[in-house]
Amino acid sequence: MKKLALALAATAALVISVGSAAQAADKTKVCFIYVGTRTDGGWTQAHENGRLQVEKEFGDKVETPYLESVPEGPDAERAIERMARSGCSLIFTTSFGFMDATVKVAQKFPKVKFEHATGFKAAENVATYNSRFYEGRYIQGQIAAKMSKKGLAGYIASFPIPEVVMGINAFELGAKSVNPDFKLKVVWANTWFDPGKEADAAKALIDQGVDILTQHTDTTAPMQVAAERGIMAFGQASDMIKAGPKTQLTAIVDTWGAYYTKRTKALLDGTWKSEQIWDGLKDGILTMAPYTNMPDDVKKMAEETEAKIKSGELHPFTGPINKQDGTPWLKDGEKADDGTLLGMNFYIQGVDDKLPQ
Amino acid sequence: MIFEAILLTVITAATPLVIAAFGELVTERAGVLNLGVEGMMIMGAVGAFAAAQATGSPYIGLLAGIATGAVFSLLFGFLTLTLVTNQVATGLALTILGLGASGMLGESYVGIPGIKVPQIYIPYLSDIPFIGPVLFHQDLVFYLSIALVIGINWFLFKSRRGLKLRAIGDNHSSAHALGIDVIRTRYLAVMFGGACAGLAGAQLSLVYTPQWVENMAAGRGWIALALVVFASWRPWRVLAGGYLFGAVSIGQLHAQAFGIGIPSQFLSMLPYAATIVVLIIISHNRRTTLINTPASLGKAFVPDR
Repeated sequence: MKKLALALAATAALVISVGSAAQAADKTKVCFIYVGTRTDGGWTQAHENGRLQVEKEFGDKVETPYLESVPEGPDAERAIERMARSGCSLIFTTSFGFMDATVKVAQKFPKVKFEHATGFKAAENVATYNSRFYEGRYIQGQIAAKMSKKGLAGYIASFPIPEVVMGINAFELGAKSVNPDFKLKVVWANTWFDPGKEADAAKALIDQGVDILTQHTDTTAPMQVAAERGIMAFGQASDMIKAGPKTQLTAIVDTWGAYYTKRTKALLDGTWKSEQIWDGLKDGILTMAPYTNMPDDVKKMAEETEAKIKSGELHPFTGPINKQDGTPWLKDGEKADDGTLLGMNFYIQGVDDKLPQ
Repeated sequence: MIFEAILLTVITAATPLVIAAFGELVTERAGVLNLGVEGMMIMGAVGAFAAAQATGSPYIGLLAGIATGAVFSLLFGFLTLTLVTNQVATGLALTILGLGASGMLGESYVGIPGIKVPQIYIPYLSDIPFIGPVLFHQDLVFYLSIALVIGINWFLFKSRRGLKLRAIGDNHSSAHALGIDVIRTRYLAVMFGGACAGLAGAQLSLVYTPQWVENMAAGRGWIALALVVFASWRPWRVLAGGYLFGAVSIGQLHAQAFGIGIPSQFLSMLPYAATIVVLIIISHNRRTTLINTPASLGKAFVPDR
């Protein structure tokens, strides 16, 4: 049902964007494919902010058409192909599910350049890019351990994919660096987007005694529940301070603009080449919302950790780290490699949950 | 304590399902199948949110939600009853239209803090341990949902108009021959269904999670439709079924937080598995199923003049 609605919306959007595309042919076209709506308050809005930054940065030199609410699957391929035909020089496809469609269309249009967010399949004209969200979650874990009276936080998770598991582990690692006995309760909502269910998950965690909350789902509902119940929480993807002015400690904010600007510049300079990029706090692809509602010493600690991660002095996944069952994973001083992180399917010690397999 | 907390969340989760399902039950009892519940619900949610923002009053928001749902359902009524379009296709179209239109109307409301319907404190009754906070310290929408089930049950099975409505649902030609105005009754039933779906949507954006985000009904309209079948067109069973669905979905979140080692995907699936089990049980006894199912359900009525 939702798919059908999205397909209709996508078709309508195609007609509109292709219509406007015919006008100015001299500008370089940098195009965007979105999975959600520009105003979803989360994932897609973060990409939209990035697109707007490109427009602002390059002014008359570029044109940035976009398609929103493009469903993953066969429709994505059609949408991307239409974009490629309409004269786009660079196309950003901004959802994991667009991966195969992007690669397929890229084969047909060797002169057009493609960039796929969060995927792992690259080609000569297909680059991939992702953000090291876990760096922010490590800082959140440290703050949580300082702010929690019970040493117990709640984590609302979406789906048991490496990205999410990595986030849970990073949060726990940060917390343990402050309080070695810190525990984390995880509830899987099995959805990215359902305010009601996310709120229920938040309530369930609070009713069971957690006094700090974090989320890896897309709506502000958990933040709102935390505000109502008077506990602290962390925002996700966007700054959620409006939903909890006295509640949000900080938030991981996706700031793709820096990356989009860099790549657009490379395109205009003629230096663009296919890369597989996984940027973090230091590259500005990820920023922390202002540290609020916390004492000065906690704020100072968070800022110091952020600086250390940026300078490369601190890598959140540095040994000694044991897996959940107590078996050693990383030796003292050993750093996890990116491949292991991107395929992460196990918990580390201290996570009070059984990972769904 | 924890049990009381769980019950409170179950009530919040079950209320929109129950209200939307009551509305659809009356619509279907009149012989009209409106699959647009999800669309009417989401329109109600955005209408309620917008009105509450404009006036600052959650109660005006609730009224606006009801009105939005009812007016939006009129579109369905006009198409299926006056122009005699296919009910299934029109209902589906209504959902698609509702999802799109609500997203457009609500664009400027994303991220704005919502206005919550306050809880009503009933003196003395609220002080009873356990029962008090759970049953007598709730918001207006919860009380409305209980009033609805009592009222609908009385209307359908005890009142003359209810008898006529059921007669239309069972055999519209005979009802027409007896001089009952089929089209008028169906229009009213469709609007009642729309109003209920609108109220259910208002509950989502003013009680459940006081905010507006696109597609925030997240499939609850479809669950409400399933509930009507699940309840075999009986109001009290809708109430029981709604609370069962609510309890299973909340229960699975608590089970996870307790650390019970059952896969969360399995637990998330439970409400739907329960629906299938009940469907098997009720359809096992074919005679009772047939008695309850409105015989003219989904069939177009064109009066011969």
